[in-house]
Amino acid sequence: MEHLISLFVKAVFVENMALAFFLGMCTFLALSKKVETAIGLGIAVVVVLAITVPLNNLLYQNLLVDGALDWAGLPGVDLSFLGLLSYIGVIAAVVQILEMTLDKYMPALYNALGVFLPLITVNCAIMGASLFMVERDYNFSESLVYGVGAGVGWALAIAALAGIREKLKYSDVPAGLRGLGITFITVGLMSLGFMSFSGVQL
Amino acid sequence: MSDVKKVLFGPILANNPIALQILGICSALAVTSSLSVSLVMAIALTLVTAFSSFFIAIIRNHIPNSIRIIVQMIIIASLVIVVDQVLKAFAFEISKQLSVFVGLIITNCIVMGRAEAFAMKNGPVMSFVDGIGNGLGYSAMLIVVAFFRELLGAGKLFGVEIFATIQNGGWYQPNGLMLLPPSAFFVIGLVIWVLRSYKTEQVEEPEFKIAANSRAQEAL
Repeated sequence: MEHLISLFVKAVFVENMALAFFLGMCTFLALSKKVETAIGLGIAVVVVLAITVPLNNLLYQNLLVDGALDWAGLPGVDLSFLGLLSYIGVIAAVVQILEMTLDKYMPALYNALGVFLPLITVNCAIMGASLFMVERDYNFSESLVYGVGAGVGWALAIAALAGIREKLKYSDVPAGLRGLGITFITVGLMSLGFMSFSGVQL
Repeated sequence: MSDVKKVLFGPILANNPIALQILGICSALAVTSSLSVSLVMAIALTLVTAFSSFFIAIIRNHIPNSIRIIVQMIIIASLVIVVDQVLKAFAFEISKQLSVFVGLIITNCIVMGRAEAFAMKNGPVMSFVDGIGNGLGYSAMLIVVAFFRELLGAGKLFGVEIFATIQNGGWYQPNGLMLLPPSAFFVIGLVIWVLRSYKTEQVEEPEFKIAANSRAQEAL
């Protein structure tokens, strides 16, 4: 249990998806102008990560890894090279199913998340979390905790950046830096701040 | 011919995918601490973008609109698997350093963005050229950033010492910050500043105008 808690804290702060690994940067920079949109997107990312990472873990452990097909009478079949294709398939499918389920049963939440759900398929943070899960050889419960933690970390980062940008638009920025340039520098400073967590040993 | 030239070289300065379109930033930040790794990444991405645009353009009239994203994803993912396996076979060290970022070419918005914005509407040859062009724009940015980060951070280029560092009895004190992730943001921010000072039409309009400074007497 202690191990899982430390994994969660590590995924949120020390190995923050956005500020330590730069994943999901395109949406991170493009959709962080308003705090409300940022929080909506953040929640959507948490939900999708919490579902896809454990699902991809099951897929990897039971079908793709070397020797996983023993039960089908195919020992020594290594399908791990199909990993990338299967993970992105799972992600695209989960996003699609989630969109339809929310539309039918939770229209309020669907309307709140609506626009962002399809965008999430191409968010590198989702795919990245699955790839890190494979690279670090997490088991099922670890991957569940890691998925939620990575999502919360990303949501936290985008909400913080949106808060800063809402204030920043009243400031007098040099012409060439206006908009994207100053955002990059802000994120750099935030990421520098998050590096203070990097010495934390859990 | 001028069309081809515009499609090929436009994305390098005038319409750079990273500096203007906000596409494909993730990997641009993470792999740029050494020049050789970024070069491999740039080549991989350029090839994937070019060939995925090419294949998608060939079958563009046969893709049903509702499942086009999945079809594009499958083509892109298959190409990335090829790149990944080739790198593992011939450049294992570099493939280890790139870790998950080769796989993340799939979700790199440049590939997907060009497929959606250009390849679905144009013929295969032009799409191929457009893919190469956007790949070059991405590569140019990656190489500029990696050049400064490796030179200032380690005093080296491609692993060859350029500035003699203090540890080796030289004069240059390496700036460790340049090797750390945040410096990538600063370098890209500054590159955007330089680019927009040169191409002023890219400057964004401010949402709020600041009133001009009042004169000294008025303030008193």
